[in-house]
Amino acid sequence: MVEWTECERATIKDIFAKLDYDSVGPAALSRCLVVYPWTQRYFSKFGNLYNAAAIMGNPNVAKHGKIILHDLERGVKNMDNLKETYADLSVLHSEKLHVDPDNFKLISDCLTIVVASRMGKAFTGEVQAALQKFLAAVVSALGRQYH
Amino acid sequence: MGPARQAAMLSKKEKELIADIWESLTPVAEDIGADALLRMFASYPGTKTYFSHLDISPRSAHLLSHGKKIVLAIAEGAQDIGQLTVTLAPLQTLHAYQLRIDPTNFKLFSHCMLVALACHMGEDFTPVAHAAMDKYLSAFAAVLSEKYR
Repeated sequence: MVEWTECERATIKDIFAKLDYDSVGPAALSRCLVVYPWTQRYFSKFGNLYNAAAIMGNPNVAKHGKIILHDLERGVKNMDNLKETYADLSVLHSEKLHVDPDNFKLISDCLTIVVASRMGKAFTGEVQAALQKFLAAVVSALGRQYH
Repeated sequence: MGPARQAAMLSKKEKELIADIWESLTPVAEDIGADALLRMFASYPGTKTYFSHLDISPRSAHLLSHGKKIVLAIAEGAQDIGQLTVTLAPLQTLHAYQLRIDPTNFKLFSHCMLVALACHMGEDFTPVAHAAMDKYLSAFAAVLSEKYR
């Protein structure tokens, strides 16, 4: 199980308290689809993903981005219980969606970049390290039920 | 895939975008470079092992000068991406025979450089700029490790 310092807990809660989920979620997912175009393989039913502009303006992408962020919030509220929190989603991504778990790291990196661009100087090296540790733990939990 | 091929994956527009961004960052080279290094040390403590001979505390002279060196090399490469292998030849030798930094660390540094750019540029670090920059830094790292073996 992941050990969190009080500072890390506070930092994670602080980041998410200040985030505009409905903006950051879509920004992170659309960025992932632009920067790592092969991830589009999982979104063939989403409509026009033909170029960056189409992706950024795609309402299905935006809707899904919001869902992802709200699901991350569950992790923030259950930092000591991530494996259980994400067990169902892990099964879903493995058995129904057939998503290669390496992709979780890609969207996690894009989310880090979006948060960085929103927080600017406040996103210090220490804040980045805490966020990355949290996202890595979520990514690990999401990969747990694959077999 | 050879590094020359990687550089060729960048479109003309992307190369121009990258050249413009790095040219605009040259005046703040030491700040961006030091920021990226500090982020790397914070998130990936193993990377500090390559700097045991330097003072890498925030705003230290060593950190600023080292950060500046790295950013200026990246910026120089960006002015003619097609010639990366030529431009980086001396640095290739340095990294292969003297520094011998494990190349996985280049990925870690590149990621932290992208984060530093995001913090610095905010909304201007668009997904298109991010994609181009990620490709460029990957090509740069690949060229840097070409002489390792």
